[in-house]
Amino acid sequence: MDLNISNKKTALVIDSFDNVAVALTDLKQGEECIIRFNNREEEVTVFEDIPFGHKFAILDIDKDESVLKYGEEIGRMMVPVKKGSYIHNHNMYCERGMK
Amino acid sequence: MADNFMGYQRKDGSVGVRNHIAIIPSVFCSAKVAERIAFQVPGSVYFRHPVGCSQVGEDLEVTAKTLIAIGKNPNFAGVVVVGLGCERFSPYELAEGIAPSNKMLETVVIQTEGDSLAAIQKGSKIAREMQQIASRQIREKVPASELMIGLNCGGSDMTSGLIANPALGYASDKLVAQGGTSILSEITELIGTEDILARRAVNDQVAAEIRETIFRTEEKLRRQTQNSSNKERTHLISTGNYAGGLSSVVEKSLGSMKKSGNASFNGVIKYGHQPDKKGLFLLDSPGHDGEVSTGQVAAGAQMILFPTGRGTPTGFPGIPVIKITGNPNTYIKMKENIDINAGQVLTENKSLEQMGEEIYQEILDVASGRLVKSEVLGHDEQFCVTRLP
Repeated sequence: MDLNISNKKTALVIDSFDNVAVALTDLKQGEECIIRFNNREEEVTVFEDIPFGHKFAILDIDKDESVLKYGEEIGRMMVPVKKGSYIHNHNMYCERGMK
Repeated sequence: MADNFMGYQRKDGSVGVRNHIAIIPSVFCSAKVAERIAFQVPGSVYFRHPVGCSQVGEDLEVTAKTLIAIGKNPNFAGVVVVGLGCERFSPYELAEGIAPSNKMLETVVIQTEGDSLAAIQKGSKIAREMQQIASRQIREKVPASELMIGLNCGGSDMTSGLIANPALGYASDKLVAQGGTSILSEITELIGTEDILARRAVNDQVAAEIRETIFRTEEKLRRQTQNSSNKERTHLISTGNYAGGLSSVVEKSLGSMKKSGNASFNGVIKYGHQPDKKGLFLLDSPGHDGEVSTGQVAAGAQMILFPTGRGTPTGFPGIPVIKITGNPNTYIKMKENIDINAGQVLTENKSLEQMGEEIYQEILDVASGRLVKSEVLGHDEQFCVTRLP
C-alpha cells in the first residue's frame, strides 16, 4: 500500500501470548518500529520489508515452533527466524485447510 | 433500556425493515421473465438463480427450503412466484411454502400463460397492484429484539480480523443483549476455532454440534481438494487474502469468528432453516459470500453486516448489506461502496467499542429505512443458493 495510515512506524501485538506483531504501516528493511502491546511499547528493527497488515517475529522462533496470533496457533515455522523477520506463507506452514 | 426501530409489521408476527415485492422464479428457465417483471415495476426485486430442475434428494430439498424461506422473509410485502410449468420444483410448491406467511402472493406460470411475453404482462400487472397496496403500509415503532442480522464477510485482509470484525462483534453482542438475533456462518472460515466456539455454547449438545459442523466441513473440503492438479486451488484462503497478509486458514478463522463477539451460541441451524428462538446462532454454510448471505436471509435475517478489508461492492436483493471496512485506505478508495470506516480505530485512535457503538446505531438507522450504499447503487450479486454434491 502506498498510503501510510500513520506517520509513526508502528505494529500491533494483539494478544500478550503472541510472538508476532502486525505492521500498521509499511515497514522498510532496517527500519526501527514501535510495537504496541496492550500496556507497553517496545522498539524492534525489522530485517525485511513488511507490508501494511503483514506479520513479523517479535521473538526468535525455531523451526516447527508455533506462530501465535490472537493468543492461538496460526501455523508453525518451516525454518528458524530471528526477531524482526517477516513471517508469511513462504516460511510458515499450517496443515489445517491445506490437504 | 429497550432500543427501538421503525419497521413494517407482518401478519405472521415478523417485522420487515424494507417493503419490497419479491419476484421469485421457481426454476432458472423463468429467470428472465422474473427479471423483466421486476424491471416493469421499480421497487420490486427479483431473484435470479440457476437451480430448480434436474436436481434430486437433499440438494433439491435445500433449494426448495431456501427459495420458500426467501419468499417468507419479512422484508417482502408480497411475492410473485414465476414458474415455467414442467420443472422439478413446482411453482405451486414454492407458493404453498410461502403461503403461511399470509403476505400478498400470486403465481404466474409461463406454459400456462402461453409465452414469456404473456407471463411478463400478467406478472407485471400483479406486481404493480401489490406495490400500490404495499405503498400504503406505514412503519411502526418496534423493539430491536425483532431484528435478525447476518454476519458475513468477504475480501478479508488483516484489518478485518483486527478491527472491523471485533467492532462488529461488539454491535452483535449489543443486539443479542437487546433480545435480538445474530447469525454467524462461513464454516470454512471457522476451521481451527472449534474449541473456542464450543466453549461459548449454551450447553454440551450445542458444543458437540459446533465441533461436528466444523469437522464435517473440513473433511468435505479435504476430499474435494485431494486430487486437485492445481496446487493453488487446494488452498482454503484466496490469493487476495495472502496479499493482505493472512498466512493460513486458521489465522483467517480467528479473525472471522471475532464478528460474533462474546455471546453464547444458542444453537446450530441447517441451511434453509430458521432458528427456533432468539440469540446468537451458527448457520451451517460454506464460505462463499453469496451462499452465506442467502442462507442468512433464508433464516430470516432482515439485514447483513459485512466487513470487507479489501473492499467489495456486492449487495442482496431487498436486503440492506452494511459494508464495514477496517482498512482506512480501502475506505478512501471505495467510499461509494463502503458504509462505515472502522479504520478510524487506526487513524483517529477510536476504540473498538466506539466503532461497535457506531455500527449498532447504523443497524437501527438502516432498519428504520435509511438506504445503504449497495441498495442505492442497485447491487444484488449476493443471492446465490448453495448446492450439495
